[in-house]
Amino acid sequence: MRRFPLALWIGVALSALFLITALLSLVWVPHDVTRLVIAGRLQPASTTFPLGTDQFGRDILSMLMVGARTSIAVALVAVGIGMLIGVPLGLAAAALRGSLPDEIIMRGNDLIFAFPSLVIAILITAVFGPSAVNAILAIGIFNIPVFARVARGGALGVWTLDYILAARTAGKGRVRISAEHILPNIANLLIVQATIQFSLGILAEAALSYVGLGARPPTPSWGRMLAEAQTMIYTHPMLALLPGGAIMLMVLGLNLMGDGLRDLLDPRIRRARQ
Amino acid sequence: MPPFGRSSRKDTPFPAFRTRETGFNLGAMLRYALHRLFSLTLSLMGASVVIFLVIEVIPGDSATFMLGLNATPETVAALREDLGLGGSLWERYWAWASGMVRGDFGTSYTYRVPVSDLVLDRLWVSLPLALYALSLSALIAFPVGLVAAAGRGTAADYGIMGATQLGIAVPNFWFAMLLVLIFAVNLQWFSAGGFPGWEHPGAAMKALTLPAIALALPQASILARVMRSAVLETLDQDYIRTARARGLSHRQAVLRHALRNALIPVLTIIGLQFSFLLAGAIIIENVFFLPGLGRLIFQGITQRDLVVVESVTMLLVFAVILVTFLVDLAYAAVDPRIRQT
Repeated sequence: MRRFPLALWIGVALSALFLITALLSLVWVPHDVTRLVIAGRLQPASTTFPLGTDQFGRDILSMLMVGARTSIAVALVAVGIGMLIGVPLGLAAAALRGSLPDEIIMRGNDLIFAFPSLVIAILITAVFGPSAVNAILAIGIFNIPVFARVARGGALGVWTLDYILAARTAGKGRVRISAEHILPNIANLLIVQATIQFSLGILAEAALSYVGLGARPPTPSWGRMLAEAQTMIYTHPMLALLPGGAIMLMVLGLNLMGDGLRDLLDPRIRRARQ
Repeated sequence: MPPFGRSSRKDTPFPAFRTRETGFNLGAMLRYALHRLFSLTLSLMGASVVIFLVIEVIPGDSATFMLGLNATPETVAALREDLGLGGSLWERYWAWASGMVRGDFGTSYTYRVPVSDLVLDRLWVSLPLALYALSLSALIAFPVGLVAAAGRGTAADYGIMGATQLGIAVPNFWFAMLLVLIFAVNLQWFSAGGFPGWEHPGAAMKALTLPAIALALPQASILARVMRSAVLETLDQDYIRTARARGLSHRQAVLRHALRNALIPVLTIIGLQFSFLLAGAIIIENVFFLPGLGRLIFQGITQRDLVVVESVTMLLVFAVILVTFLVDLAYAAVDPRIRQT
């Protein structure tokens, strides 16, 4: 049953590490990240500054901790938007299968899929001003069709099962069946998809703040740390290596967790592996 | 060849069934193509309306932006008229959409040249870059995915799967920075950015090499995983067992039968990746200062050159929809079951 338990555990451990770091940064960071100390710029790693300081004298460890918070908050809320709007749409499309609303919802989905998401995200954040909220919206919009499609696909399978027929003969309406019987049965699929969209959201947030369209200064974010490090990369490569490595490990952890969960939760794969 | 394997077409048990399922039915194919063409047109119209409306609601008037804060209302009004910003919403949409059908994409506010000229110019960077990255990605992914599938459960498989997980997790602009650090700064094999133009094909290809590698890494990782699971899927099919029973070695069965069938999902992904690479290079083009489509649209956004943004976005959406259409057609040509719907 558990063919890759190790990968799943690595994924959970990495994700938990970043989550705890982000939560910890809410109550405590080693140094204030908004205070610029020009005299203490570009210091090497020491006991006071475990990872050294950047060109403005800010502690890199503290920056990374708060940056984790920014990334996770943006990606998490974007996933929330996608689920809150996309899942009901997908459930409705499945409940009204083959009807005009179903067709409209699915074609609308295809349309959003066809848009170059990064270009639109850059457009939205450039037009409405760079901020964490606009970055969330720009990423969240593209999560909607993903969840709608997953929810519809999963729900269509559940609708054919006998207990749904039983519920219908018992007089339950489509809305109640969707909420009480369909949703719990596709929760597995949605959780796995949420993990994947979460990791994509982290990458998208990093890309947006790298081009200066994410959270505004002085709020630290991994993407902007990379952008600021770019001119210093020749003399101080660590400034670029650390935030990039943080993004990579966070995304890696989430992907490993998503894959592991899918193997664990999807009975079809589980059977095939035995 | 065993004697019981010989059978002529004449004594096929279900002749009607045979022609319907395996013969190439041109009528059904045409009907399917027309059906898809119809929904392609609808998608394009829907996309153009969405793009137009998004650009319309953008705060900040292009004319005001171009003339600066000190412009008088009269000059702003005159420029608005000049840029074709007058008229009703419907008139402006019609002028833009019908113009695009004729190949007229409008005139850039900042460059003062037709957008189509700008696009053609930039396409000479973006298209080769996308093709370069895609070839690299396929060249890496095919053998790697095949090796992983053939050695399922071995150390090689685990190593490859771990490496592809890393490849997917790396932000490509960060990977690009690392490539610059190693190959442009330390080893000095490549320049850190810029594009010399196609008058020097060797130098041009060299300038595109680091960006193409940066773009190809995540794509190759995804493609290798798709390749592996597609080959594994076909390995479980009955016809592979049949091939083995006919005396083919495992390697021959994989290469002759599994590989060809596994290519269908792989080609789908390649098609999607191509349209993604055209638009998705926006950040990489900025890292390497390449004058491509992505950089054009990025500059258009920051300079409020909305005609450029509008038309280039539409072109990119068109590319995605067209590739999806072609992939669907290719699917239907290969798999008769799809034509039935």
